[in-house]
Amino acid sequence: MKLNCDEATKICDKNQYGEASLMEKIKLGFHLFLCKKCGTYSKQNTVLTKCYKFHKNGKNSPHCLSKDDKKHLDKELKARM
Amino acid sequence: MSSTNKHILNPNKWIELHADYLYNYTISRINNQDLAKDLVQDTFFAALKAKDNFQGKASERTWLTSILKRKIIDHYRKINSAKGKAEVKMNFYTDGEREGEWIEERVPSTWNSEIEKVIENNELSEAIEKCINDLPEKYEMVFRMKTIQQFETEEICKELGITSSNLWVIIHRARTQLRKCMEDSWFKN
Repeated sequence: MKLNCDEATKICDKNQYGEASLMEKIKLGFHLFLCKKCGTYSKQNTVLTKCYKFHKNGKNSPHCLSKDDKKHLDKELKARM
Repeated sequence: MSSTNKHILNPNKWIELHADYLYNYTISRINNQDLAKDLVQDTFFAALKAKDNFQGKASERTWLTSILKRKIIDHYRKINSAKGKAEVKMNFYTDGEREGEWIEERVPSTWNSEIEKVIENNELSEAIEKCINDLPEKYEMVFRMKTIQQFETEEICKELGITSSNLWVIIHRARTQLRKCMEDSWFKN
């Protein structure tokens, strides 16, 4: 039943993705009730998840190869045919 | 299946039809432009060599992607097994009677300015990007796939040949390291 801080924060991280099991969440809640350090971690983790989401939204635009890159690639490929 | 349903390969058109797709596929897994270009190039070269083995069961793109996937997993295995490469800093005691407890200097400090610090702006994004870039490669790759690209756990495990418990250990270490980095670079100054 009892988790150490390493295990508790690992579940806390998993929970940021909504993938912690019920049992894990119960154990985590119990640990957080007693441990102030992990309580701080857990609070900050929620803030960080929000930050990463924001970052993700700005980042996920499609990438393309430049014309030059393609030309170069084409030349290399043709040379091997 | 009649022979007309068989897919055929046309290497002359590969760059035009598939280069961007394969490049994007790589970048979403390995966030490094030069490396991504190399892997795409290697994929085309390997495909050319193996083109006589193509049976036409899958589409050209699917077949090229399967070759790329092998290149990516090879890369992951290489960075995973690299000896003497940077590891994440430990946050918890790993043995002795204090096993699993926070190491003193890694205990989360209180962020007094967190409310006004979560202004969603470019500077925040830059700070995050810098901290992610500082992670050892393996941690960076898995963290990005899970958090930024939002792949399913199962998909990442399958692609990289790791177990889900491996994945959560990597995510946990990446996030504790990132927390500290964000604390030092963003929330505390």
